[in-house]
Amino acid sequence: MTKPHPVVDPGTAPYWAALKEKRLILKSCRACGQAHFYPREICPHCYSDDLDWIEAKGTGEIYSYTVAVRPAGQAFEADAPYTIAIVTLDEGPRMMTRIVAADADAVEIGKKVTVRFVEEDDLVLPFFALGGA
Amino acid sequence: MKDHEAVIVGVADAPLINGKVAQPGSALQIVARCAKAALDEAGLTLGDVDGLFTAGMWGIPGVGQLPTVTLSEFLGIRPVVHDGTNIGGSAFEAHLGHAALAIEQGLCDVALIVYGSAQRSEMSRNLAGRPATLTMQFETPWGLPTPVGGYALAAMRHMHEYGTTREHLAEIAVAARAWAGLNPAATKRDPITVDDVLAAPTISKPLGLLDCCLVTDGGGAIVVTRASHAKAQGLKPIHVRGHGQAATHWTIAAMPDLARLTAAEMASERAFAMAGVTHDAIDLVEVYDSFTITTLLTLEALGFAERGGGGEFVSNGRIAPGGAFPLNTNGGGLSYAHPGMYGIFLLIEAVRQMRGEVEPERQIANVRTALVHGTGGTLSSGATCILSLD
Ligand SMILES: [Zn+2]
Repeated sequence: MTKPHPVVDPGTAPYWAALKEKRLILKSCRACGQAHFYPREICPHCYSDDLDWIEAKGTGEIYSYTVAVRPAGQAFEADAPYTIAIVTLDEGPRMMTRIVAADADAVEIGKKVTVRFVEEDDLVLPFFALGGA
Repeated sequence: MKDHEAVIVGVADAPLINGKVAQPGSALQIVARCAKAALDEAGLTLGDVDGLFTAGMWGIPGVGQLPTVTLSEFLGIRPVVHDGTNIGGSAFEAHLGHAALAIEQGLCDVALIVYGSAQRSEMSRNLAGRPATLTMQFETPWGLPTPVGGYALAAMRHMHEYGTTREHLAEIAVAARAWAGLNPAATKRDPITVDDVLAAPTISKPLGLLDCCLVTDGGGAIVVTRASHAKAQGLKPIHVRGHGQAATHWTIAAMPDLARLTAAEMASERAFAMAGVTHDAIDLVEVYDSFTITTLLTLEALGFAERGGGGEFVSNGRIAPGGAFPLNTNGGGLSYAHPGMYGIFLLIEAVRQMRGEVEPERQIANVRTALVHGTGGTLSSGATCILSLD
């Protein structure tokens, strides 16, 4: 069973397109200098609409995680148990991700992680693996 | 007591057997039965209702998209105040605040707040299939089990920051079950221990099966009118003294602080200010317990426990029957019932406690002021109501 694919819209198309090129991009605000995730139309920090895309370094640390023993529906049954994390990127924003299966047992809050682009069903997702850049 | 003040004059819920409505029915039938029972208690009829408040998950996509409009037709009424505010399971606390304002401003005379769900009977509880549109593009593709996964992420962060343990969380499930044991209407009544909670299958680490709310049917209704009408009926009215609401995020990664329930802090601060009371005045607290971590975070956010001290606060049976801080005295969403959205049942339980009409074993003596707090979404929204006898 195919996993749920993002229904890409004009506001998110650049993000998904960049992932296909193995790049993680973020929206950043020219007015206040802060990045955010996921991409918005107005800066959630200062409410400026003067936004730009920036390339993320792809590094950060684990803010929290859970091990999904009971999967989110049939599409994820083969993966279970799998580790979902919220990662604080070095640029500041937090994003949801999955930790690559090989590192699942060693996951701890505060550990350094690096993006690992994983191709699944014609979709590239920004997984993370343990370890700095 | 001023004549124009809003008061609760009727409450009702749908009897359940093993988590299913005793009298089988659709969500609309369940709502209609509860509405009639609550109005009967108030000495009113559907013909008196001119304000309708509801939130639900039935009929979507379809007639449930405009739930008050559909319900008005089904009930044969023509309300002039409609409120389908849906901020999750906390919607009903928000509805009560809105209803109180509408009545006090003269927009309507009799407000009916209702909820109904046949999810258990219909085997329809399934939030995993949320389409990955708009903001969900950044959550659904990861396979986060919803809603439990978001709560698990919060629990893990709270454990990391404050040393909260699974045993602390288990105390909350054990206390809820003990209250349910005193409530003949509750779905799960057999006592459980901390060890039982720890040994239950893991659903989404660190939360296990007994850290999670039930999946049941359910229905409830609340009737609100002006104090002058309640006097005329000779009822024991319950006043709505303060209310507040807030929401901080929908996707869990956007929660401002996973170890802190900001929405509850914001909502309750407003409710306390409006009511003009402090924590000392609160005789009874009823809070949304979708998961054990929800209760712990809420007790901290409301200011009853210190930040980070929720685990210590609930230890040693403090919130269980006979403890110093009775909480969720019907057994809560963890052990009484959880029909998708639970918020209305917090209010119904508080009203019955204040009237002194629950079973003697679980009746809290002299409840003059009660605080009810609902949480909705994935720790997303909060709505607080402060109720009083005078
Ligand atoms: Zn900005």
